[in-house]
Amino acid sequence: MTQAQTMERPGQTVGGVEKVLEIEDLKTHFFTRDGVVRAVDGVSYHVLKGETLGVVGESGCGKSVTALSVLRLIAKPGRIVQGKIKISGRNLLELSEEEMRSIRGNDISMIFQEPMTSLNPVLTLGRQIAETIMLHQGLSKKDAWDKSVEMLKLVRIPEAERRVHEYPFQMSGGMRQRVMIAMALSCNPKVLLADEPTTALDVTIQAQILHLMLELKEKLGTAIVLITHDLGVVAETCQRIVVMYAGKKVEEATADELFERPLHPYTVGLMKSIPRLDRAATTEHPGRLMEIPGMVPSLKNMPPGCAFAPRCSFATERCRREVPAFEMKASGHYSACFNSDKVAEIYHG
Amino acid sequence: MAEASGAQGRTPLLEVKNLKKHFPIRKGILSRVSGHVYAVDGVSFQIGHGETLGLVGESGCGKSTVGKAVLKLIDPTAGEVYLKGKKISDLGQLEIRPYRRDMQVIFQDPYSSLNPRMSAGEIVGEPMYNYGLAFGKEKEEKTRQLFARVGLRAEHMLKYPHEFSGGQRQRLGIARALAVNPSLIIGDEPVSALDVSVQAQVINLMMDLQQEFKLSYLFVAHDLAVVEHISHRVAVMYLGKIVEMTDKRTLFTSPQHPYTEALLSAVPIPSPKMKRKRIILTGDVPSPIRPPPGCRFHTRCPYVMDHCKVAEPPMQEVEPGHLVACHLRQPGQALAAAAASNPALTAPAH
Repeated sequence: MTQAQTMERPGQTVGGVEKVLEIEDLKTHFFTRDGVVRAVDGVSYHVLKGETLGVVGESGCGKSVTALSVLRLIAKPGRIVQGKIKISGRNLLELSEEEMRSIRGNDISMIFQEPMTSLNPVLTLGRQIAETIMLHQGLSKKDAWDKSVEMLKLVRIPEAERRVHEYPFQMSGGMRQRVMIAMALSCNPKVLLADEPTTALDVTIQAQILHLMLELKEKLGTAIVLITHDLGVVAETCQRIVVMYAGKKVEEATADELFERPLHPYTVGLMKSIPRLDRAATTEHPGRLMEIPGMVPSLKNMPPGCAFAPRCSFATERCRREVPAFEMKASGHYSACFNSDKVAEIYHG
Repeated sequence: MAEASGAQGRTPLLEVKNLKKHFPIRKGILSRVSGHVYAVDGVSFQIGHGETLGLVGESGCGKSTVGKAVLKLIDPTAGEVYLKGKKISDLGQLEIRPYRRDMQVIFQDPYSSLNPRMSAGEIVGEPMYNYGLAFGKEKEEKTRQLFARVGLRAEHMLKYPHEFSGGQRQRLGIARALAVNPSLIIGDEPVSALDVSVQAQVINLMMDLQQEFKLSYLFVAHDLAVVEHISHRVAVMYLGKIVEMTDKRTLFTSPQHPYTEALLSAVPIPSPKMKRKRIILTGDVPSPIRPPPGCRFHTRCPYVMDHCKVAEPPMQEVEPGHLVACHLRQPGQALAAAAASNPALTAPAH
C-alpha cells in the first residue's frame, strides 16, 4: 500500500500522480411519476493512476448510479442534470454518443455483481471477448481471438485454449467473474469500475478474485473504483475510501485514516454494526451490535438538513435544519458533519 | 450463557444422526435416474436447549438442505432426526404436525416467504389459527403483542408485505415463527439479504428473543462473522459433510481443519492495519454430483497427502467437544501450531 496521498485540489495531478478520473459535483436524478428521485446529488471524487478507490454505502446510496453515470449508461427516466466527468481532463458529458462509445471499454470498463447476466448466454467466451477487442482496438479476427486466449490465461482460467470455446453456463460463478475481468481489461482501460464484483461469490472465491484484481492492477497500472457495501473488502484492497449516504458523499479519507478515526456518525455506525471476526478471540460472548435505528430515507422526500439526522445519535437542531458542508477536518480527511469532533472523541473514548 | 451447554447431559433438543439427502438427476423421456446430487451426505449434530448452532459453508455445500431435511420440508434419503428425544424422521405428514409447531423457520428472502395478499396481521395470526392456539380477539391480542415484541407498530398489522422494508419483513417472518411458541427456529440465511445497518437490528432481535423465550436456533449462513457473533457452537460444512464442529471460540481461534482455516483467512477484516497470512485456495468447489473420492476437500487442500485421495477421514474428537474430519488430526492431538497460525490473531506482519 502506498502512503497517504495529499489531496490538493484543483489540478490534474496529486503529488505528481495523474488523476485519471475526476467526477465533479455530479447530479443524476430520476424523474419518476411520483416525483424526482435524487439518486446522486452532488458527488465529487477522483481516482489517481494505479490507485484503488473504495466507494462504500448501503443499497440506494447512489454508489452504483454514480458509476453508471461515468459511463453515461443512465436510462430514462434518469438524467445527469449537472456536473463534470473528466477522464484525463476530457469532460465525458460533452462528448457525442459516437465518441462516448470509444471511451467505453477503451478508457473505462465496468464489471458487475452478477457475471451471468452481463455475459451473453448464447455466444462463446472467445467470441464475446474478441468482439470487444475487434471493436475497440481494430484487431483482425484471428489476432483478437489470440488475444482472448491470452486474456483468459492472464486471469488464470485453466486450459484457456479449450475454455475459450465454451459458453457462460459451463462456468462457475468465480470463473465467470474472471471472464468479465478479462473482458474488461482486454483493451487496457485507464479505469476499471467494479460494482460489487465479489458480492455474489463465496468467500474463498472472493479472496481469489480480489487477489487477482489487485495483481492485475499492479501489472497493468489500471486504476480501480471498487464499489461495495463490504467494509472488510475495502479495508483490504483500497488506498482511499469514499463513504456515501442517500446520494451524497459523507466522508472521504485514506483507508488507514478512515478505519482509525472515522469522523462521520454514519461511518461509525457502519463499522460498529458489523460483527467482527478479528475480535472473536478476545470476547467470550459478544454484546449487542450497535444498531443504526430506522432505515435509509426515501430519496423522493429527503428530510431538510442532513439526510442522516433522523437516524443519528449526535443530531442537533442545526443538523435537522442545515445541510452540513463537505469539508476538510484533518489532513486529507473530509467529512460532512457538524459534530465530527464529538464523533472522533466518542469513537476513541 | 449457562443453558448453552445443553448438548451434553440432558436430552438434546434436536439430534440429527447421519442425515443424507441425495437428489436424483433424471434424464431422457423415461426420466431414468442417471445420477445423484449428494447434497447432504451423512451429517450428525445436536442442538441443546437455548443453544445456537451455526451451520456455515459455501454455496452448494448442502447447509440449507440440512435445514429443510430436519423440518421434513424435503424427505431425507437416510438418517434420523430426534426432537426432544422423539424420533420424528419417520413420521407421516399428519403425525408430524404437532412437532412442526415446535420447529419454525425463517427464510432468507422475507418477501417471497410472505403471502402478498395477506395483511401483516393475518400473516402472523394464521399459524395460531392453524394450530388451534388462539382465535378471534385472543389471536388479535397475541398478534399485537408479537408485533410490539419484534419492533413493529400495531398499525402495521393492516399493511401488506409490499409496504414493508426488507428489515421489517424479516421482523414479520420472525413474529410469524414466534406465534406458535416453538422451541427451535431454523434460520436459513435470515440476515443475508439485508443491509449492514439493518442486519445488526435483526441479529440483536434474534439474540434478545433467544434469551427471553429460551429458543434454540439452527442458524444457517455463509457469513462467518455473523455466525461467529450469534452462535454458541459452529459446524463447518463442505460438499455435503460436516468437516469441523466445536464451540465458536475454539473454532475461530484454533481451527483444526484446513478448510476452516482457509475459510477464516479468506474473510476480509475491516481494519487495514491488520495484515494476515492469507490462504488462497485454488480452484472451485467440486460438483456434488461426483464428489471427489477420499477426503472431499483434497482437491483444494494445501496440505494434501496421498492418503487423503483414497481414504475418507473419519470424524474424530480431537479435544473434548471438538470434532474434526481430517487425516492430519488425531484424537487428543489438536494441532498446537494452529493457535499460533490463527489468521485472525496474527499481529501486523510487515
